[in-house]
Amino acid sequence: MADAKRELIERLQKDILQLEGYRPPEAGRRGVLGLGPLETAFPNGVFPQHSVHELVCANSEQAAASGGLVSGILSMLMQKSGVCVWIGRERRLFAPALAAFGIAPHQVIFISLHKDKDTLWVMEEALKCSGLTAVVCELREMDFKQSRRFQLAVENSRVTGFVLRNTKDKLSSTACAARWQVRSLPSADMNGLPGLGFLRWQVDLLKVRNGHTGSWQLEWQDGHFVPAEEILISEERQVG
Amino acid sequence: MQKRYMAIWFRHLLTDGLARRRPELKDLPFVLAAPVKNKIIITASSPTAEREGAFTGMAAADARAASGDLVVVDEVPGQAAKLLRLIGLGCIRYTPMVSIDLPDGLLLDISGCTHLWGGEREYLKEIVLKLRAAGFDARAAIADTMGTAWAVARFAQKRPIIASGEQAAAITGLPPAALRLEPEPLERLQKLGFRNIGPLLATAPQALRRRFGQELLLRIDQALGRTEEYRELLVPPVPYSERLPCLEPIRTAPAIEIAIKKLLEMLCLRLQNEGKGVRKAILKCHRIDGRKVQVSITTAKGSHSISHLMRLFELQISKIEPALGIELFVLEAPRVEDMETVQEQLWAEAKGLADTALAELLDRIAGKVGPEAIRRYLPSENHWPERSVKLASTLTEEPQTAWPELPRPIRLLQKPEAIEVMALVPDHPPKQFVHIGKRHQVAKADGPERIGREWWRDKGEHRDYYVIEDSEGQRYWVFRSGHYDGGDAQWYLHGYFA
Repeated sequence: MADAKRELIERLQKDILQLEGYRPPEAGRRGVLGLGPLETAFPNGVFPQHSVHELVCANSEQAAASGGLVSGILSMLMQKSGVCVWIGRERRLFAPALAAFGIAPHQVIFISLHKDKDTLWVMEEALKCSGLTAVVCELREMDFKQSRRFQLAVENSRVTGFVLRNTKDKLSSTACAARWQVRSLPSADMNGLPGLGFLRWQVDLLKVRNGHTGSWQLEWQDGHFVPAEEILISEERQVG
Repeated sequence: MQKRYMAIWFRHLLTDGLARRRPELKDLPFVLAAPVKNKIIITASSPTAEREGAFTGMAAADARAASGDLVVVDEVPGQAAKLLRLIGLGCIRYTPMVSIDLPDGLLLDISGCTHLWGGEREYLKEIVLKLRAAGFDARAAIADTMGTAWAVARFAQKRPIIASGEQAAAITGLPPAALRLEPEPLERLQKLGFRNIGPLLATAPQALRRRFGQELLLRIDQALGRTEEYRELLVPPVPYSERLPCLEPIRTAPAIEIAIKKLLEMLCLRLQNEGKGVRKAILKCHRIDGRKVQVSITTAKGSHSISHLMRLFELQISKIEPALGIELFVLEAPRVEDMETVQEQLWAEAKGLADTALAELLDRIAGKVGPEAIRRYLPSENHWPERSVKLASTLTEEPQTAWPELPRPIRLLQKPEAIEVMALVPDHPPKQFVHIGKRHQVAKADGPERIGREWWRDKGEHRDYYVIEDSEGQRYWVFRSGHYDGGDAQWYLHGYFA
């Protein structure tokens, strides 16, 4: 009796997930993007591509780190021919840097806007456009209603959305699939060699719909996210 | 009805055209020249230059030697056809059937047109005077056939109007060149002593065909009117423009929307048939108070999709002020381009930048916030960071060079911000720096990467860039402007790494 009930509940949960846009990978296609440990936190172990992700950044340094994480994910999403729209406040993003993340910078269309109202409008229009792979936008404030509109737009067009929220204030709740926070970490010591190591971040998944929150330390190495925990422990020992 | 034709000959078409564009050349002896087999050969010569002995076909150097103040201008290929087309379009007011006769003439079918000007003489006078007033040295003749009119315009000394049926008499005294022949048979005719056309008309056609080919007989027949001659007519371009007059003045937004939709349906039908797409469209609204309001849209890629253009106009409707009402809508498309027909795809794939949906999205965004907000970057062959990218001119333009692989910050400050630093050793990365009141201890650093200033563009110091990481793990791109020993070396923060 209990088994039958559990089975029923599991099936219902799967149905709900499908209704919310989380589809299991299609037959014959790998659903795994190659994001390493980040994927495990999401339902079915698949990074939700057809939803909106929110990245919280309190200052310029965090915004740069968030930009790095988004660029890394974008390089997996865009593969060769994908096109991305990046909506920014000022012309801050430096296109040549994207090449280091495996993105062809000429496949990214930059839109610079000053008013949040325009940004919201452009973001929603871009999310509705199925010819795009992903849309990234930098915003100050976004309310629940607006995030819900974004989510509805991507459910039809199957575009991935990223919202970088540059705000220090208390965050209101949104309908985004996940809320991330990225901070830079000191890069690993390369056996006493001078200079900087690989880019390293503290990635926190603060909120996630139907999944488990988590916290990782990641490194960007030759086009892949690699967990960086072991190295850090040895470093801490040295410090101690 | 008897056909009548008029031939116009421009004796100095190219030089007259140039003198019209550059009036300072008018009184100077000048020639147009083009390189032929390593030699600059005169292709057209102005009347003043001809008087000084510079003729078409001469080497420009020889002509210069003969006349000291000769001006030699490079010839633009295709200029004659362009000029003749423009003059021909102007001549459409005299007859609807105008054709271009390269290299230096026009042929007009004037049957039934001359009485409107009070007879053939007045008609001819009107056209020739008008052309001469415009600066073209023109001669014209009227005859029953194109061949005779052509011959008389170029070779006859007087009597430019040949009465109906008198072609043979008119061309008898003219040289064989008046028959529009190729140089080769013309040369043979001259060798055999045919000084004018008269003896040719008296010779048996069989004998002529055997010696000079079929072409001579054809030209004689055409001149005399024994065979018909057809030419391609000049068709003036019809502007892409649609009108919609309204019975009642229109004042509301939904009504304006309906009007635009109707106009677009008419315009797009024509565009679809011709395989063209709109790049720019202007909607002019004539109000009953006599004012005119207009809005315009532009697209990144030619489009004849009603729904897409409608969406672009929808964003503009709020800018139309109807006041008391609009009584006439005019939709014009001043810029159209050829569209490539795309086969519909069975499987939706990522089409990249050539995707129509993407072009339509960018049009909408440009319509809402302005086209200057949208940018796409291509690598530029400059090391100076501010100039290392250039804007792409079109949506599908591909980079010519590879993107640089040196470490570059993901966020670059528009203007480098000055920082205070402390460095232990000269010419080393700083040990700590202060930016907006916050002190950062530098843990690791890479560099320097020296980027020299482009001296041919602006003056100033070079920059030594360092990638530095502070104790909290945040990475910055800083540079020292100039050498260390100068004493006034200033440090700047220029970007943030991820």
